[in-house]
Amino acid sequence: MLTALANPARFMSYSAWAAPLCLFAALGLFAIGLPWALFLSPADYQQGETVRIMYLHVPAAWWSLGIYVFMGAASVIGLVWRHALADVAARAAAPIGATYAGICLATGSLWGAPTWGTWWEWDGRLTSMLVLFIVYLGYIALWNAVEEEEKAARLAAILCLAGLINIPIVHFSVDWWSTLHQPASILRAEGPSIHPSMLGPLFIMAGAFFLLFAALTMMNMRAAIYRRRIEAARLRGANA
Amino acid sequence: MSAFIATFRRDLALMWGAAGGAVAPLGFFLGATVLVPLAMGPERALLQSAGPPLVWIAAALAVLVTLERLFQADLEDGSLDQMLLSSAPLEVLVLAKGAALWIAIGLPLAIAGAPAAIALQAPPERALLVAASLALGMAAFIGVGLVGAAVTAGVKRGGVVIALIVLPFFAPPIIFGSALASGQDVGAALLILAGCALGACALGPIAAAAALRVQSE
Repeated sequence: MLTALANPARFMSYSAWAAPLCLFAALGLFAIGLPWALFLSPADYQQGETVRIMYLHVPAAWWSLGIYVFMGAASVIGLVWRHALADVAARAAAPIGATYAGICLATGSLWGAPTWGTWWEWDGRLTSMLVLFIVYLGYIALWNAVEEEEKAARLAAILCLAGLINIPIVHFSVDWWSTLHQPASILRAEGPSIHPSMLGPLFIMAGAFFLLFAALTMMNMRAAIYRRRIEAARLRGANA
Repeated sequence: MSAFIATFRRDLALMWGAAGGAVAPLGFFLGATVLVPLAMGPERALLQSAGPPLVWIAAALAVLVTLERLFQADLEDGSLDQMLLSSAPLEVLVLAKGAALWIAIGLPLAIAGAPAAIALQAPPERALLVAASLALGMAAFIGVGLVGAAVTAGVKRGGVVIALIVLPFFAPPIIFGSALASGQDVGAALLILAGCALGACALGPIAAAAALRVQSE
């Protein structure tokens, strides 16, 4: 399947309908998931209505990690097989991953204020998500800083893979650090598992976030390919 | 091995000769340390607990500012092409450059960490621990810094980009390093910090060399 999509021309014809399809599917899932999550699902017996932030927060957290893994896979393909489309995909996904990480941090902070009684806690997960957000920003900054696009692609791929090694290390060291510095006094232990009535809307929202990512990435990639074609056409015009 | 030693000596000579050695990073470190009590107030108890970690932050930032030119000069004057032509693997030469940076700037900063910690009211018997932990920490910082310096070698005024790229990689060594410098869990923190340093020095040159091959194309 990957080799079939390897050809940018084939990708363009395929994504011409796949991107809007994903976008409409995402909007459809949001149309089901948002009312379900925000109005119809039960409020938590402890946290009350604030638990509804979870339906934005948790999918954003999942996919901000998932997108980084996707970028890592695309970077490997770009480095090993010199696949131009993989480079475009990694670059196109980065701002979306950064936005998801930002959504996760912002909603987490809004959620923390009423439930933990603080806007920010230097807890292991919060800190490693913040580090992930900075890693995304660094990756995007490197792409923008290197002028030659082909070089930028491979340098960014190397950086992305280095980050892929770093993120779990950061996660474990931050866990060690936060247990060292503070016992779990503020973070209340949550229930053993989530109630099934909350799982439905959560998975719908996770699906919506994924489809939105897929649609936006394809649209970003299409824009990048069009930009490249315009540049090529301009060069041909200048030579003629 | 002879290529390693030759690169090491060349870089050491360049850093100490033309670039003024550790004077500028030490000055930066000193300036950053002076700002700490100015910002926090000279209260002894407050400084006592915050001192060693803040020394660590100042030292991390001081070594960060030295990274920008590490490969840029080699890329500009063609030395990098010579390194690529040499029969020695580029990874070894990159490691030699990192080792030279550690000797020329990392160690002086680590040693300067001891008086800085004492000035920030840390107990004097802790000063040696601060310096020793910084010596290890500098190896970890330089190991990952090599990667940041290599991917941005072609970028004009890439200092901010390097900082943004490298700072997330500083998180693990700074966690265990400043725990060690503050005297918490000394045994475990020392082992993990040493692990960070070894890992960074083993993997950093490989990634940096891959990036430098891209740069020279």
